[in-house]
Amino acid sequence: MKIVDLAVSSVRELNAALHEARGDPSRWRVLTPGGAHAVAVGLNAPVTVEIEGHVGYYCAGMNQLATVVVEGNCGTGVAENMMSGLVHVKGNASQSAGATAHGGLLIIDGDASARCGISMKGVDIVVKGSVGHMSAFMGQAGNLVVCGNAGDALGDSIYEARLFVRGEVASLGADCVKKEMLPKHLEWLAAVLEKSGANAKPEEFTRYGSARNLYNFKVDHASSY
Amino acid sequence: MNKPGLRESHLYDRNVIHEIQRAAEEGISDIRGWGAKRWMPHFDDLVFLGASMSRYPLEGYREKCATGVTLGTRFAKTPIEIKIPITIAGMSFGALSANAKEALGRGATAMGTSTTTGDGGMTPEERGHSEKLVYQYLPSRYGMNPDDLRKADAIEIVLGQGAKPGGGGMLLGQKISDRVAEMRTLPKGIDQRSACRHPDWTGPDDLAIKIEELREITDWEKPIYIKIGAARTYYDVKLAVKAGADVIVVDGMQGGTGATQDVFIEHVGIPTLAALRQAVEALQEMDMHRKVQLIVSGGIRSGADVAKALAMGADAVSIGTAALIALGCNSPKYQADYEKLGSSAGFFDDYQAGTDPAGISTQDPELAARLDPVAGGRKLANYLRVLTLETQTLARACGKSHVHNLEPEDLAALTIEAAAMAKIPLAGTNWIPGSASF
Ligand SMILES: Cc1cc2nc3c(=O)[nH]c(=O)nc-3n(C[C@H](O)[C@H](O)[C@H](O)COP(=O)(O)O)c2cc1C
Repeated sequence: MKIVDLAVSSVRELNAALHEARGDPSRWRVLTPGGAHAVAVGLNAPVTVEIEGHVGYYCAGMNQLATVVVEGNCGTGVAENMMSGLVHVKGNASQSAGATAHGGLLIIDGDASARCGISMKGVDIVVKGSVGHMSAFMGQAGNLVVCGNAGDALGDSIYEARLFVRGEVASLGADCVKKEMLPKHLEWLAAVLEKSGANAKPEEFTRYGSARNLYNFKVDHASSY
Repeated sequence: MNKPGLRESHLYDRNVIHEIQRAAEEGISDIRGWGAKRWMPHFDDLVFLGASMSRYPLEGYREKCATGVTLGTRFAKTPIEIKIPITIAGMSFGALSANAKEALGRGATAMGTSTTTGDGGMTPEERGHSEKLVYQYLPSRYGMNPDDLRKADAIEIVLGQGAKPGGGGMLLGQKISDRVAEMRTLPKGIDQRSACRHPDWTGPDDLAIKIEELREITDWEKPIYIKIGAARTYYDVKLAVKAGADVIVVDGMQGGTGATQDVFIEHVGIPTLAALRQAVEALQEMDMHRKVQLIVSGGIRSGADVAKALAMGADAVSIGTAALIALGCNSPKYQADYEKLGSSAGFFDDYQAGTDPAGISTQDPELAARLDPVAGGRKLANYLRVLTLETQTLARACGKSHVHNLEPEDLAALTIEAAAMAKIPLAGTNWIPGSASF
């Protein structure tokens, strides 16, 4: 295991070293993050990075293959545009958690603020607490699982992302509707809940997704646009 | 016999009447490509003061007049060196065919300059054929991934376009082919609206942190550009500098688009001439002129436009529409096809429709096959060669051994509007409207 103390080393030194690491050593521990931005971004190797404390914006941004564990809270855009791997936030996450992410799994043990999963493109996000307003805005693909409640305008302008909420939804956004929960969804939920260590049952969730009414500006005139 | 009156109404001219009729018929606003078609003050309203008694010209075609530009010298470890002060603007694969993207890459590469991806990700064709490729980072983040980011030679964070400052991208269903849909992670055939706001930052302070993240991901190697649509250009440029840009791209309201509502194209933003002057002023006040490089686009058609933009203080220009025309867009060769679409060579602007007879703004495989990327690349290189020669001709006439030595002092304005916007004196006077002297 390699230890990097951000009270001594810079974020630049940490990220440069992590970009060099090709899985050896496979475990890193980052001390005194002190709310720094862009910690452990652009990783592209099967390493595990544990961060002891709170981080600022864009922690684990564009992650590929790596496992990043934050033992604290995260600022805006944790795991933004993640491609693969696992990001686990033990505290709360601020806005735009998992924004535009294409793949991998983002687990947030606490709450996530507004715009969680905005423009998501294939990632799986499990929030054990609640999410703020405009979550999954323009969500294109992937799954957002919320064990608590969802704020206003959930799934506004959504494309093909799937949303599962256990608690209450303050309001649904444009073109987002309640959908039937099929056995394949329950099966998938059971697996992801277990993998995330979430204490909830698939049957307790409601599924939401796109009504697909906004997919064309006006269907009967599509040929004349 | 009663003759119909032949006096056309200025207020309700035939275009206005046609648009009202069309709107009543279709119930949806007009969406089209190209840029603003209305008249507005532009580089045509400026002229050069060639050398004479008090200035010493250089011999045309012979004496050296250098054209090289280095972009991204502020923070990036690896700035981009381009051989001519003209780059190819970002136009998406989706809006354009893969062949068109390849042709743009070939033409730019032949002339030692850069080309740019667009709202739809990077294709292997364009990366393969572009020696220097700028990768756009847009609000939609379609196809955005760290592998392509590392393959790019520079990163351009797009805040807006001159054709539609404040608006997101648009790609109508006809153009969402299997490949385009897959690259954008969207269902096939839908009318796709790209986001108009970035999903994970708001305002200049956040943008500074976003830039830091992109630099960290790419180990501080690549120049980071910020592209803005011309509106509050003076303030936007100052904020872009503060946020940490290496290069700022200002796109004036004449700038082309792949698909936007006509009302947006014609009524939002300020002309390139006004935006360029504001941008240069902002940079100069911060002592950042030439340190943060400025690229200007929106209606650059000729070497005269290039030279005037440089004289006003741009480090380079960027072209979109003109590059497409060089590839064959609006070519008389396809007159019969344009007529079938109710258009004519020289008027075609339906880039949104995917029916481009020249095979450029389309995803239809048969139409796209009409554009030979090698021949297209050659034509673009020819055109860029002419732009460069013309720019040099004008610079030599003003006695400059590098095109960057052109300066506002070499210019005079032909109209009061242009004089006011560009802050260049009206020809034959010392007068700049808004300033004291006459
Ligand atoms: C067909 C087409 C597609 C475009 N796509 C994009 C895009 O994806 N991203 C972007 O920032 N600008 C886009 N633009 C705008 C250009 O990058 C550029 O700002 C503009 O074309 C410059 O003005 P000009 O056309 O007068 O040269 C597009 C323009 C055209 C004509």
